[in-house]
Amino acid sequence: MIKNILNLGDAALYCDFGSDVNQEINSNVIKYFYHIKKLNLRGITNLTPSYNKLIISYDLNIHSFLSLKKKIENIEIKENNKLEKNLIKIPVCCDNNFALDIKRVENKLKLKSEIILEKFFSKNYFCYMTGFVAGMPFLGDLNQEMRLKRLETPRVKVPKGSVGITEQFCNIYTFETPGGWNILGNTPQNIFDTSNQSNPNLVNPGDTIKFYRITLDQYNEIKR
Amino acid sequence: MKSKDRNYFKILRAGINTTYQDLGRNNLYHIGIPFSGAMDKRNFQLLNSLLQNDYNSPVIEFAYQGPHLKYFGKDIFFCISGNVSFKIITKEGVIDGNSYQCYLLKNGDEVDIHSTNKSVYGYFSINGTFSVDYYWGSCSINTQAQIGPNNGNKFSKDLEIEIIDINNSFNKRKLDYLGSTIENIRVIKGTNYDYFSESSQNKFFKESFKITKLSDRMGMRLQGPKIENIVDPNIKSEGLVKGVIQITSAGDPIIMLSDHGTIGGYPKIATVISADYDRLVQLTPGSNIKFKDVSLEDAETLYKLYQMETNNLISQIK
Repeated sequence: MIKNILNLGDAALYCDFGSDVNQEINSNVIKYFYHIKKLNLRGITNLTPSYNKLIISYDLNIHSFLSLKKKIENIEIKENNKLEKNLIKIPVCCDNNFALDIKRVENKLKLKSEIILEKFFSKNYFCYMTGFVAGMPFLGDLNQEMRLKRLETPRVKVPKGSVGITEQFCNIYTFETPGGWNILGNTPQNIFDTSNQSNPNLVNPGDTIKFYRITLDQYNEIKR
Repeated sequence: MKSKDRNYFKILRAGINTTYQDLGRNNLYHIGIPFSGAMDKRNFQLLNSLLQNDYNSPVIEFAYQGPHLKYFGKDIFFCISGNVSFKIITKEGVIDGNSYQCYLLKNGDEVDIHSTNKSVYGYFSINGTFSVDYYWGSCSINTQAQIGPNNGNKFSKDLEIEIIDINNSFNKRKLDYLGSTIENIRVIKGTNYDYFSESSQNKFFKESFKITKLSDRMGMRLQGPKIENIVDPNIKSEGLVKGVIQITSAGDPIIMLSDHGTIGGYPKIATVISADYDRLVQLTPGSNIKFKDVSLEDAETLYKLYQMETNNLISQIK
């Protein structure tokens, strides 16, 4: 299922699963990720799955590119290896204070805000990957008529908990960071928990997300 | 603990970016947590060797201006690595200290770390162990994700740095070392090298780039000839590694450093080789950087040489 393995610098394998972004290719990436993680190979220092790539970082004192490449190429993954999928429900408040870009999205998509939100909440989303900052899930796919580009000028600070969309994807800002996604609302739920050392992420690759809408009062209630 | 039994430093001035660091945390990229850890691994290793600490003991890393510390407790030794100017203030007077040399501190003595010289990072530690909490096996502070001791924040004034253990059988040691300099930063071509025009590929290796002030533990932004993208200014977001050089939509290189975001969507033109990483992070804003292309095989050999050099330095500690 890996099409090609290249080197990324001198201490990482760049495993290419294809150029498209879809759930089938991504599920292959995730299967490899969990399989290799479970093998617990000595000298592997990081695994980074994304839409269609898996990057394997290693300790140069233990592996060379060619020896590790051979090891990874020899891994066999059964096609029927089922992914463990959780359904996670996440509350989102779309009060004006939180829906920072709803006006922009209305203009770009030429849809009324109520229609936009109805479409957004009517679908379940698949988690392709987590990262950039700790715990941030990259989810998809939005309906065709919901797709638009990032902000021309990214925000210097996107508030923690913001739920944003761009192209076919949506995400949740787990920390206050710079970012350019179109913000539709905010979740009071903690998506990344530093104090939970064994499983800090609420959402993991392969999971399914169901967003549901809450009022400002409910938001404040959960926050409290 | 009764206060007279405590051994600790009080921070009189925190410095610009002072944090605990060790070798960092592994196997968390997939949830968005980078390695972190001491930026300059060699100076980290030398410091723990000089102080006869475990190889992964926590140290205090500072950038540009370091902390001013006042010590309370029983006699202790400290040492600083990197190219650093500092003063030791005791009842007998004030002396200028030298890096890679251990000094005795008595109750009430102070260490004032003025600055790093022609470099960015320096390291401070003691013949003992700081009291730190561990997060995913590391005490490294990642201020961006607020992970690590001190609630993941950099040190601030009046903070008290507790020491839980002092090695009483310690003998003062030193190393004669001037640091290593380098003309070029050696890189391996990246996975999107062919996204860039031939003339830009040539410029990338022939011309020099200036390190801008927008550089920190997360990344280093460079300015120089614009690198022209002839394919697509974005790629589908994918994993990043330490030392990878992305080209932004504006055509400027940005090098990912130890606290970097784990995924990114800019094309990768090259990656700094592991052997040159320590020297890369020590380059100061305003200075120039020139890249040299090496093969993967050469990079692997150069890393072995780098490790041998480090071990050689450790064996010279007396």
